[in-house]
Amino acid sequence: MSGSANVVAMKKVVQQLRLEAGINRVKVSQAAADLQQFCLQNAQQDPLLTGMSSSNNPFRPQKVCSFL
Amino acid sequence: MACQGLQKGETLESLKRESETLKKKLEEERNKLNDVELHQVAEKVEVLSALSIKTRRVLKGHGNKVLCMDWCKDKRRMVSSSQDGKVIVWDAFTLNKEHGVPLPCTWVLACAYAPLRSLCLIMNGYLGLDNKCSVIPLSLDKNENLAAKKKSVAMHTNYVSGCSFTNSDMQLLTSSGDGTCALWDVESGQLLQSFHGHTADVLSLDLAPSETGNTFVSGGCDMKANVWDMRSGQNIQSFESHESDINCVKYYPSGDAFASASDDATCRFYDLRADREVAVYQKDSIIFGASTCDFSLSGRLLFAGYNDYTINVWDVLKGTRATILFGHENRVSRVRVSPDGTALGSASWDSTLRVSWSFSTGSNYIFRFIKLLFWVNSRLVLEFTVAF
Repeated sequence: MSGSANVVAMKKVVQQLRLEAGINRVKVSQAAADLQQFCLQNAQQDPLLTGMSSSNNPFRPQKVCSFL
Repeated sequence: MACQGLQKGETLESLKRESETLKKKLEEERNKLNDVELHQVAEKVEVLSALSIKTRRVLKGHGNKVLCMDWCKDKRRMVSSSQDGKVIVWDAFTLNKEHGVPLPCTWVLACAYAPLRSLCLIMNGYLGLDNKCSVIPLSLDKNENLAAKKKSVAMHTNYVSGCSFTNSDMQLLTSSGDGTCALWDVESGQLLQSFHGHTADVLSLDLAPSETGNTFVSGGCDMKANVWDMRSGQNIQSFESHESDINCVKYYPSGDAFASASDDATCRFYDLRADREVAVYQKDSIIFGASTCDFSLSGRLLFAGYNDYTINVWDVLKGTRATILFGHENRVSRVRVSPDGTALGSASWDSTLRVSWSFSTGSNYIFRFIKLLFWVNSRLVLEFTVAF
């Protein structure tokens, strides 16, 4: 009977919602502060953010500089 | 009516009512903690200086749309898969093609590098019997028939949309058009765990970055992003704020948040501990869907590829666009930051891949100065020879 299948499915939905409603949450201000801190702490080690100098650039073709 | 797990007096109606109450309660709980916006917290952070990220390499070789690319952990090799039925391994420094693997299926949706050995993962899918995920061990012997060593690992009842090796090479996580995700043992091909909860095609997944790696996030056509416990198969958290298909999900480097790219032309940022969306990256001028996204190493930048052929680079904290990368001549299908964070690889339907990186502005000026010196020098030499 499809009615019982619907009930079982609905029961699953309710159980899932109960689970989700019960988790511990922190305030956005706290979470945001932590995200920001992570960014700032690692900013110097982020080559796309700070840029590479040509000597550090692993993609640089190995050209030899010669004086004519 | 004997239904397992039903309490006395529970009917469809009472369950429906309870689910409505729970949904409202969930929203209330989330809103209670929404005391400030992320960009407000970030107001005191310095504005980003002008980024000098530019495309500096174009990899040509595919004959058709490039659907997927990934970086090898050695930070210099890239693997890409294309609708021309080939998977190519590139050396991103020299632009050499190291391997080319032709496949019988022309819709190779994704590929990934295994973390430890050079295993290249390919996916076949879409129409017919090919709803499988295969693994190919790569070797340096160019004469070896790699396609013959292909081994099927995963099998879904619809196309496979995304795949990822877990922290070791031993297990594989897949997402599928059949609405589920699954965890497989690579050696035996056995299904270890399946993840049910999405109500439509799952288009993308990403593993949490921690070493213990117990969770992953998935996003799909039901506009939801779900976070899962890999061992129990349980859906731990669910986020529903996008207005169209979620094409790509990617964890923030700290593992406490993730971003999503969607056909609704926005990228969104969700914090796992606050259990809510904390930022939306959008502009009135951006009307095409975003198909892919990835974070820079520090998580400050979010690179997102769009169907209008551009890559928008977002300031994650402030919510503004930092810069825009042009160059691709068709949809951007995939963007991936290299493992050491030095470069951004992008794949496109224009059949090319591009590698972009940033020079510090100090060296930009030095280059220009040196160029100027040589130019001045050559002019002086010319003047002198003419005079004499």
